[in-house]
Amino acid sequence: MTMSDSMANTETVATDRKVASSASAGTAPSLRIDGVSAAQLESVGIHAWFGERLVLENVDLVMERTKVTALIGPSGCGKSTFLRILNRMHEIVPSASLAGRVELDGDDIYDPNQRAATVRRHIGMVFQRPNPFPAMSIRDNVLAGLRFNKIRSSHKDEIVEEALVKAGLWSEVKDRQGALGGALSGGQQQRLCIARALAVKPAVLLMDEPCSALDPGSTLRIEQTIQEIAEEVTVVIVTHNMQQALRVSDKTAFFLAQDGNPGYIVEAGPTKEIFESPKDPRTADYVNGRFG
Amino acid sequence: MTNTTTTVTPIKISSKRSAEDRAFRGLARGAGLGTFVILFLIGLFLLIEAIPAFRSQGLRFFTNTGWQTTGPHPTFGVLSALTGSIIISIIGLAVAIPVSLATALFINEYAPAKVLGFVPVKNFLTAAVDLMAAVPSIIYGMWGFFVLQPHTTGLEQWLSTYLGFIPVFKSSTGLYTSSFLICGIIVGIMCMPIITSLCREVFSLTPNGEREGAMSLGASRARVIRDVVFPFAKGGVIGSIMLGLGRALGEAIAVAIIISLAFPINFHILQAGGNSIAALIALNWGSGGSLGTSALLAAGLVLFAITLIINMVASRIVNASMADRR
Amino acid sequence: MTSVSPPAKIAIKKIRPREFKPSDIGILALSVASSFSIVWILFFQLTLLSGALGFVVMWIPIFLFMYWLVNRQLFTRQVAIDRLIGSIVTLGALLMMLPLVLLAIFVFERGLPLLSWHVLTHTQQGVVYTPGSHDIGGVAHALVGTIEQVIIAAVLGIPAAVLTAIFINEVGGNFTKSVRVVVTAMSGTPAIVAGVFIYSIWVTRFGYSGFAGALALAIILLPTVTRGTEEVLKVVHNDLREASMALAAPEWRTVWSVVLPTARSGLVTSVLLGVAVSIGETAPLIMTIFGNQVMNTNPFSGPQMALSLLAYKQIKVPLQSQIDLGYTAALILFILVFTVFILARLLAGGAGKGKGSKRKALMARLRPTPGVAMEVMDDEADLPETEYEIEREQVSNAAQPRKGNDDE
Repeated sequence: MTMSDSMANTETVATDRKVASSASAGTAPSLRIDGVSAAQLESVGIHAWFGERLVLENVDLVMERTKVTALIGPSGCGKSTFLRILNRMHEIVPSASLAGRVELDGDDIYDPNQRAATVRRHIGMVFQRPNPFPAMSIRDNVLAGLRFNKIRSSHKDEIVEEALVKAGLWSEVKDRQGALGGALSGGQQQRLCIARALAVKPAVLLMDEPCSALDPGSTLRIEQTIQEIAEEVTVVIVTHNMQQALRVSDKTAFFLAQDGNPGYIVEAGPTKEIFESPKDPRTADYVNGRFG
Repeated sequence: MTNTTTTVTPIKISSKRSAEDRAFRGLARGAGLGTFVILFLIGLFLLIEAIPAFRSQGLRFFTNTGWQTTGPHPTFGVLSALTGSIIISIIGLAVAIPVSLATALFINEYAPAKVLGFVPVKNFLTAAVDLMAAVPSIIYGMWGFFVLQPHTTGLEQWLSTYLGFIPVFKSSTGLYTSSFLICGIIVGIMCMPIITSLCREVFSLTPNGEREGAMSLGASRARVIRDVVFPFAKGGVIGSIMLGLGRALGEAIAVAIIISLAFPINFHILQAGGNSIAALIALNWGSGGSLGTSALLAAGLVLFAITLIINMVASRIVNASMADRR
Repeated sequence: MTSVSPPAKIAIKKIRPREFKPSDIGILALSVASSFSIVWILFFQLTLLSGALGFVVMWIPIFLFMYWLVNRQLFTRQVAIDRLIGSIVTLGALLMMLPLVLLAIFVFERGLPLLSWHVLTHTQQGVVYTPGSHDIGGVAHALVGTIEQVIIAAVLGIPAAVLTAIFINEVGGNFTKSVRVVVTAMSGTPAIVAGVFIYSIWVTRFGYSGFAGALALAIILLPTVTRGTEEVLKVVHNDLREASMALAAPEWRTVWSVVLPTARSGLVTSVLLGVAVSIGETAPLIMTIFGNQVMNTNPFSGPQMALSLLAYKQIKVPLQSQIDLGYTAALILFILVFTVFILARLLAGGAGKGKGSKRKALMARLRPTPGVAMEVMDDEADLPETEYEIEREQVSNAAQPRKGNDDE
């Protein structure tokens, strides 16, 4: 499969993004991203279904540029579903459907002319369980996104280093980039996944309980990483850990689903306010650990 | 939707794919549909080539027992070969089922992971069963013909002497070689790996909770097998036996080596001489002129149809039993 | 560094509770011996029978009865039944292994003395079999035929099989289930039917050739490899597909760069197992390659020979020298199949992730089909803890977008 090498010949990731968006400008509304800085993500009236069952109802949320937004709430409230809607991973479930809009700097990612792959390239994702590609080396894992998107670059070494540095993994793996991704510890694997997501320079990075499978030490390390990368990318993180939300996020949205009803946002606002002076009593109960 | 507060309707998500992905999907879909095409072509071409045979005999093809395809008045039919195939399969299953079930249970429930600290019994048995499935049928046939047969005739003689009053064990010829029983035993041995590996898989799906629950109530291993493992695996076991049946019906070479073709319908399993569709095709190929070939292809069509039905039903049973247990 | 003295070794006696004590081995041995003597007396002295099979058939029930009786006398009824069933099961496994062992002994015993460089390098050309003649000819033409046919069959069948498995497991769509059923049905289609099919579609037009045989072998190989590959692809964790999609990889990329490399060792194993089976097929070759006595290296023209067909043709013949050639062919065939099989097992166990892959394969089988997953979701929807897992289950069967056929 060498066709990837013969096509799309661009220098760096950043310029390629411009090429890609201007190329599709004629027919499809492009995602207007300058390719360097993060973008704002906004959901408008999001509903989600699995089959006939409504699991999310009317979710409006603004996830501001270069800020960390935390999604909290008890299990089953639909926050993971919401996260997956934000980069069109929701639709790979055969019975899933949704309504509403998700705007990346004003462009609807669910526009009929928009390709899911394009959206996902600009909105990266880190999963609950670390999932580096076991058959690839550490280096190839980081470069996987470039390879998948046929981005050619003569600066691969720099890209690998930059991404690994941002993910806080560089010093640990720089001398063994050829080792298989699966050979790392759990926390290292998760940071490798972050590096992998960052290597394609996404505008937004979604994180679905990225620390839930990790030990406390690794968790702290990842939280540190999140705050560092938030300078360049908008971060949306789902977490069960109230303290984590408090530590890493600028803004918090509290999701709730009661008695089999669909999930919705009870309250959203600056993290400090949500935790210290919540307006809704249910929020207060939840953040103070009275249920959930 | 029963939710009255919601009036929103889902948007239609566009799933535009790149040209490459469409090509990739097309390729994979083509391969998938290719299997349909092959199966369809098998039926179609066998039917076309079998027309002369069907035209010659009409429906008597299914009721005639002889196989006279040359001369001015050819008469031939698949009936005796069909009954032969069924008899061999029944004997084969009678041999294979107990041994296969026992082996599957042994591997799953009894075999220690290691004996004497280093002999990996379980893995070894599993590998050996897989190897048995890969051993060519010609080798089974040769072994049956040269080794097993001399050791079987004694048993056959004994059975026919002392149990000869049961019609099945009667032997009017006094010859015990090349009999249905020997074919059946060999075919049974060849079916064992299929049935064993599938049953093992089904048994291993028994939920650990139920198993341990029964054990903690003081059930012995035998009890656990009877009351937990078997009820759970029933469907899968039946399905795997049917898959074994399909294999038994279609076995050609091993039967062809052992049996000596005889066309009267014969229920005496100890007596020399018998018939089976697959062996008939293998043994008579190239003789009997063009009508003979057509007749063999017609027999092949019958075999194809029967095994197709059996396998479809079997795979449905297996899939259903595996799916609804979860 | 100051040296720290190692913790003092405490003599701990490991206990592994066992119910089968040395005395029980004695009981077992005695039961075996006594039942053996009884059957021996019955068999050879009283009924004057002969033949190993009859002996075994009588010995087994008598042994089981004795063993049950002794245990019942010494212990309880429950213990006796438990042990009876245990010994039935163990005997079954032994009986299963018996043919395999005997088979291997048979093939080597008869074939090995005849195996020589001469046999491997000569054909049957010009060999006249007469009583007393010791020239058995050679298998070179059959060996070449088998290798050529199997390679062509592999080249034709394996890509198609892998693609079909990818269709079932990765692409999906409306036909997935029916394709799976068709593949299962094909895998149960008798080999001889594949032979007569190729005869009717190919040989009637282009004549007998090695290629026709390869076509038949490809049809036999296709469902075997498809099913094996499908099992292996199922084991690839869905997280990896999602990760790849989240990196905006196109579908073919996900399959080519992530799924297939991850499944590599299992893939090779399933392919090799398919090849091992097709090496030994005999029946479909009768009506496709036809067989000959001389070397024909061109698989596309004229009859060819194959090891299995050679063995088959040399059995029902009167002369020992001919049968001997059959033994030789069978031995080489067995060695070939065994080698490929061992290769497949080694590759399955050798690669890093091999350990526990059996368990994983089983776990993969537990995953429901999409339709079933729906029901699971509805049933468990009220359990809050499972939300995430449910979504995973839903995705698990195929990484496919919601509308499978929008592009058609």
